[in-house]
Amino acid sequence: MSGMSKIVKTITNIAIPFILIYGLYVIAHGHLTPGGGFQGGAVVASGLVMIMVAYGSVWTMEKIKEKNLSMLESLGAFCFILLAFLGLAFGSVFFNNYLVGSNSLFGTVPAAGSGLADINTAGVIPLMNFAVGLKVIAGLFAIVLVMAYAVTKKEAKE
Amino acid sequence: MDKRSIAAVLAFSVVAVFFIFTALLIHPFGAPNSTAMDDDIITNTQTETGANNAVTSVVFDYRGFDTLGEATVLFTAVAGVVMLFRRLKK
Repeated sequence: MSGMSKIVKTITNIAIPFILIYGLYVIAHGHLTPGGGFQGGAVVASGLVMIMVAYGSVWTMEKIKEKNLSMLESLGAFCFILLAFLGLAFGSVFFNNYLVGSNSLFGTVPAAGSGLADINTAGVIPLMNFAVGLKVIAGLFAIVLVMAYAVTKKEAKE
Repeated sequence: MDKRSIAAVLAFSVVAVFFIFTALLIHPFGAPNSTAMDDDIITNTQTETGANNAVTSVVFDYRGFDTLGEATVLFTAVAGVVMLFRRLKK
């Protein structure tokens, strides 16, 4: 199957940057606004699935191998566990938020109360959001891609 | 009515009565029975974790171990699906 019609492909090309930017925004602002790694990852993964539906799973599988997706997913999981163990190393407790209050990367403490905070806050939480987001993007997209590819191949055989 | 219908009606009424009484006994919305943990998290989340979003601070800081479990579930799901469909690729 070589994807859908030219109309669908054009509309996908127009819509996909907005979907990806929105998903990445939800991941990056997980510690400030509703959302986080899981939710933003699901948004980005559904955008990628839209590409796969428009262009066909065979084309997508040629561009992105499912081996690479599995590797990215494992990389996300590894970063997440690594951050947890860094909390054990630097802060004496597993999952310790050792960056908060250190005034380095993401280390600022926001003013108390309900005000706007800048993005450079919350310690390891944004880093964990990025790791989980990478994991969810690669994981969900790998699931859908592998299943769609298998079904397409099976239909082509029959 | 045969015996099955009577038994079904009886079981339905008992369950319905239980549900209605539970719905009447429930505390009003926004007034939980104990608020100690909520208040503690809401007052301390900005100084302890630096995150303005209290939900994310719970998910990734106070209960990070739970999130690790969720990530493991996702990892297992992906591994299972990829393993299941590996033969159909050829």
